[in-house]
Amino acid sequence: MHPAQPMQPTPPLGTTPLAKREARLAWSLLAPTIISVALVVVLPLFAIFWISVKPVSLADLRPPAPIVREDVRGSGDELTIRYRIRNSSQDRLISGVTISDTLPGGVQVSGALPEVCRVEGNALTCILGDLEGGARDQLNIPISADDEGSAEESIEESEPIVTGKGDNVLTSGDFTFENFARIFDGDEFWGVLGVTLFYTVFGTVGALVVGLFAALLLNKEFPGQGILRGLYLFPYVAPVIAVAFSWLILFDPFSGSANALLLQMGAVDESINFFGERPQALIMVTVFEIWRYFPLSFLFILARMQSIDTDMYEAADMDGASPFQKFWYLSVPQLLGILSVLFLLRFIWTFNKFDDIFLLTGGNAGTRTLTVNVYEQAFAVSNIGAGAAVAVVVFCCLLTFSFLFFRFISREEGL
Amino acid sequence: MTVLRQGYIIGALTGALWMVVLSTTAAVAMSFATGDPFRPSIILGLVIGAVWGAFLVSGIGGRAGRWGAAIIIFCVNVLGLGPMVMESSLSSGIVGAAVLSLSFLLSMDRILESCAARDLTRHEWEDVVIRFLTGFGYIFFTAAVFIPFYVMVMTSFKNQSELIQNPLDFSLDISKGWELFRSYSELFGDFNFGQYLITSFYISVLTVIITLAFSIPGAYAVARLRFKGQAAFSRSILLIYMVPMIVLALPIYIAFSMTGLRNSILGIVMIYPVTTIPVALYMLQGYFRGLPGEVEEAGLMDGLGRLAVIWKITLPLSLPALASVSLYVFMIAWNEFLLAFMLLDDPSKFTLTRGIASLNSSEIPRQHLMAGAVIATVPIMVIFLGLERFMTKGLTAGSVKG
Repeated sequence: MHPAQPMQPTPPLGTTPLAKREARLAWSLLAPTIISVALVVVLPLFAIFWISVKPVSLADLRPPAPIVREDVRGSGDELTIRYRIRNSSQDRLISGVTISDTLPGGVQVSGALPEVCRVEGNALTCILGDLEGGARDQLNIPISADDEGSAEESIEESEPIVTGKGDNVLTSGDFTFENFARIFDGDEFWGVLGVTLFYTVFGTVGALVVGLFAALLLNKEFPGQGILRGLYLFPYVAPVIAVAFSWLILFDPFSGSANALLLQMGAVDESINFFGERPQALIMVTVFEIWRYFPLSFLFILARMQSIDTDMYEAADMDGASPFQKFWYLSVPQLLGILSVLFLLRFIWTFNKFDDIFLLTGGNAGTRTLTVNVYEQAFAVSNIGAGAAVAVVVFCCLLTFSFLFFRFISREEGL
Repeated sequence: MTVLRQGYIIGALTGALWMVVLSTTAAVAMSFATGDPFRPSIILGLVIGAVWGAFLVSGIGGRAGRWGAAIIIFCVNVLGLGPMVMESSLSSGIVGAAVLSLSFLLSMDRILESCAARDLTRHEWEDVVIRFLTGFGYIFFTAAVFIPFYVMVMTSFKNQSELIQNPLDFSLDISKGWELFRSYSELFGDFNFGQYLITSFYISVLTVIITLAFSIPGAYAVARLRFKGQAAFSRSILLIYMVPMIVLALPIYIAFSMTGLRNSILGIVMIYPVTTIPVALYMLQGYFRGLPGEVEEAGLMDGLGRLAVIWKITLPLSLPALASVSLYVFMIAWNEFLLAFMLLDDPSKFTLTRGIASLNSSEIPRQHLMAGAVIATVPIMVIFLGLERFMTKGLTAGSVKG
């Protein structure tokens, strides 16, 4: 008899059923989010890469389709149904075009049908085959009717069914690098990139500095502090379209209050076209960006300031530090973390910004940034492919930024 | 630097600069309020401010002396030799001069507190500078934030001829009564803004509901459950948060054009929540992590399933977070412009922001445009001011979505 081996507790190897069940539950809870994000974010991202190498313009979005109009002509023995068919596209072929229609009761075919048509019972089918780009065709079906008036009405009421397959550029095998060649061509691209960088860098830094100043102002208790804090958040909370148009009206070159004020105070001799001329348009949109987004930085900086330990300041007071010294040697180091997080996040978001500039200047007067250029190429020039190519460039810049972001920031502030 | 520490010098300097700041502010404020021409006179302002500052530091005459000085400046101003030049009616001129000298009297006293006719210590000197900058900051920020909104509201009460006649005159003619609200009644009557308001409202509410329905389970999974790829997942949420909308808008526009979802509320309601789900998920998972896990474990021990735990324990505990997330999502959906602008062409389906964009044409007078802006701004402001505590929290938690 061997002595009984004592039971050795062994830790479970691999994933236990319990852990598996937990993981399954987690994925099923996440499934709706993952699916919707995949459909609306990831799929379009792939699509944009696909479209950027396609020669596609705004007009190509509607695939070519056969269009049929039906009417009844003549009277008595000469009564005919006329189908007029045309290709909606001027240059692309539609294949396998057929028309089918139902003849209402009391209507009979009374003469020779066109070659391509057949009648079975009261079903009329015409097989037209291929339709060249810009082609038009006409079919006349001679008929006789018991009651002309009502027959005409009921014939025109029943819509003919038309089929045909057009060649769609988006799904065809045509590829081109012309879009990229086009956007990188010439000085325009570098101009756009320069404007984007100016706008992004100064907009971000400006919003941070102004936000820091505002946070310093509000980082003390006084009556009305809550009201002022609420007021200072207004620019961020209000709809961008409302504030952008207010700025446009305030700085209108002909009847804007800002110009009237400057003229009256003798600061300028003639009114300034703030949003319509280089270089002040770019400066103005940057100022607008700072104005609209300083509340955000101020909110974050204020939250961080209020969480700084007051002991430190008391100790500094004991040691005789002056107010500026306390700010520079105590507050600033404490705030560096949140400032750098804010800088990177705001940098990326300012880089992505579209609405503000689009509403203020529409990208004119030297304010066209990359994102505005996406819209400009796709809709103003009607070249979807080129717009997508710019979007790809934007996305690649963004990837670089995010890489830097995760490299340097993820350790800070627990973001 | 040591020269600057002299009490008289710093008094004169801050006095001069402060007088310029105040006279400019007063001139702008009076111009906007009355429409009469006011302008600051920089040189006179510098001189008078410097003299007053030095005088305050000397402390001659005490209280009576200061009031005397204020009255002298008031009289000089009314006579047209003061820091603010007024080519206006006497009554508004007197009001302007009174406002200026009174505000200067009260504020300058605060700025030069503890400032005496001797060399100041570093602390005292810095305190004076800080108080000066603080005062300047309050004026600067309040003016910068307030003026565009003031112009927006006041323009909406005007009519075309008044606006062109004097762009600075924002005074309201109360005697016109309801006529003041003409732009608004026209917007609601002829431009269908009531409909837009309703559309915007229910799109925003739907967005909030769908977003919460999707993000609450997701956030709970990321915060509480262990599974492979958890860390990668929370990172990619942030990444998705940074994809520019314009990049997505183009393929979405194409897909919607082809499937006929363009110009439909359904299409908008399908897209909006997806843009907000990552933010909401990120905010909520942060909050869920902060909740004590023991309470939920107790629930599990007592035989509740996971879903029942979320419903009965986690959600009631995180009501404040849900409120901030809802507000934040509501704000994003309400203010959204780009997608509405690209996807909606049919005036019967416009949201408010799209409706305002359609007012931006040369044929429509701009008081209508501003009235539209006010209609879009007021509801979100009312919600914001009413629930500011939640909103502020939501914004801070929502990181830095632009």
